[in-house]
Amino acid sequence: MTFFFIVTLNGLTLAALYFLAASGFSLIFGLMRIVNMAHGALLMLGGYVGYSVVDMTGSWSIGVIAGGLAAAAAGAIVQAGVLGWMQGDELRQTLASIAISIIMADLMLWYWGGITYQVELPEALSGGLRLPLLGVGYANIRLALIGFALVTGLALWIFIQKTRMGAIIRAGVDDQQMLRALGYPINRIFILVFALGGMLAGMAGVIAASALSIAPGTDLQFLLSSLVVVIVGGMGSVGGAALGALLVGLAEQYGLAYAPTYGVVFTFAIMVLVLAVRPQGLLGRAEQ
Amino acid sequence: MRYALIVIPLLLLPVLLNDFWLTQVMTRALILGIVALSLSFLAKYLGVVSFAQAAMAGAGGYTIAYFGPNSVNIGIELPFWISIPLALFLATAFGGLIGCVARRSRGIYAIMITLAIGIAFFYFTRQNYALFNGWTGFSGVRAPLIGGISLRAPVPLYFMSLLSAVVSMMLVSGFARSPMGLAIQAVRDAPGRVMALGISVSTPIIAAFAFSGLLAGTGGILNVWYQERISSFSVGFGPIIDILIIAVIGGLRYPSGAFIGAIVFVMLDTFAVDLVDRERFNTLIGTVLLLIVIFAPNGLQQLVMDGAAKLRRAKQPTN
Repeated sequence: MTFFFIVTLNGLTLAALYFLAASGFSLIFGLMRIVNMAHGALLMLGGYVGYSVVDMTGSWSIGVIAGGLAAAAAGAIVQAGVLGWMQGDELRQTLASIAISIIMADLMLWYWGGITYQVELPEALSGGLRLPLLGVGYANIRLALIGFALVTGLALWIFIQKTRMGAIIRAGVDDQQMLRALGYPINRIFILVFALGGMLAGMAGVIAASALSIAPGTDLQFLLSSLVVVIVGGMGSVGGAALGALLVGLAEQYGLAYAPTYGVVFTFAIMVLVLAVRPQGLLGRAEQ
Repeated sequence: MRYALIVIPLLLLPVLLNDFWLTQVMTRALILGIVALSLSFLAKYLGVVSFAQAAMAGAGGYTIAYFGPNSVNIGIELPFWISIPLALFLATAFGGLIGCVARRSRGIYAIMITLAIGIAFFYFTRQNYALFNGWTGFSGVRAPLIGGISLRAPVPLYFMSLLSAVVSMMLVSGFARSPMGLAIQAVRDAPGRVMALGISVSTPIIAAFAFSGLLAGTGGILNVWYQERISSFSVGFGPIIDILIIAVIGGLRYPSGAFIGAIVFVMLDTFAVDLVDRERFNTLIGTVLLLIVIFAPNGLQQLVMDGAAKLRRAKQPTN
């Protein structure tokens, strides 16, 4: 029974990480209908920059912020420099973002090399905690992940639902043409949303590099998880990303614990099931 | 007549080229072209850009490796006249299965779902040792011997690939004009009307994916013979993207563009060492893809056709 609870807790912490990674992807897709294939690369950039900054300054929080800012800047450049010019042509944007992700991943491999890095944790987060009731030790950082995910989710929800900027973004999701007609600088809003999505990815990257590790291939791993999370949960909604992350994270850990050779199949089976019943995702809205 | 102009020079190539050019460049381009053709077929006739083509090719390749002579002692050795049809059948069935999963998704959703399928297949081959031999995969796969001649020898493999490419092109144009092919294009243009006519939308979609699986599987079998091995890396993110890049360089909407793209890709891959550092090939190919997407979104085939049209217009007297 203890084993089951530990696996469940592992699933929850993994889900928290997946949610952090997928939220930016879902946000960008929700507003701009862009499948940002460079999302994994942005996440990895954040992770690497975070590692280098923590290595230099010794402060974990500065590292997280620096990783977020680096990825936000990269995201804004991608949107302003390339994707913005192809607005409305989704396939072309997808292909261009793939090209960008290949180039970014290769340049990062050049600069940081093929080594596996782990960001050094601050004292408060390193070490472990003896869990009440279960009586087993558990790493602090993994528990903190759940906290990070809750805070990020809540902040994102408040930003989108309660602020003026959020209202503009939601209006853009519903009717881009109308928003443009009302005189809102939609191109600048798009760049801002891309930067925000990049920042979420970059911070998730530093956190992932702290809780797990970062190496070439991390980008692909998180791109896949983000894809499955938003396919399952529904595109463009914070709640959908959270639900999708929860299902995928739990499925992966249960799969790993109880059927190690077929772990991926569990994740995949969930996706197929959801697609069969609700092609738009569990909390997604149907396309017209 | 037009086809003869292309095919006859290709038939003469083994006389003109040495083994390196014939095998490393031409044969490789033909094989990659066939796999990319399976993608252009779906993109052109069904309007779906699929990222699961490497997985379909892998299904064919893994079957040949599992049921053929290999040096890892996994699988059962069957005679090639059983294993080849079996590999083609499994690749087709796998294609149909993928179509079944993705049948309700269009546009970017279809991209995401087929990408998820492709990468999930990659992770699955890595984790599964009973059928796929995990990370290491199969090595020492030998192409069949027919009348004492190995199909892996440069000239037979080249002709085998050329024959497969020509047959694949003919199959694509024939299938597109068949009733099922027309139904597939109808689903692409107006799924609502197809349903109103009482035709199921799912059947044409699944048929299109199954046919594309057949093409990809053909390329996958040839690729295993060519590489003499197959592993999880043969179906990973790299190959998935390579196939896409080839199809995009040639022009997603042109089946013949797949082969133009493949030649360009192979030339870059083979001779990039002279242009840039070998290690930075991905940056080079990524930049090529980005430039194509920005400046020639319909690929080189369209670029060549536009150029030809312009020349023709320039030749006409303008008075």
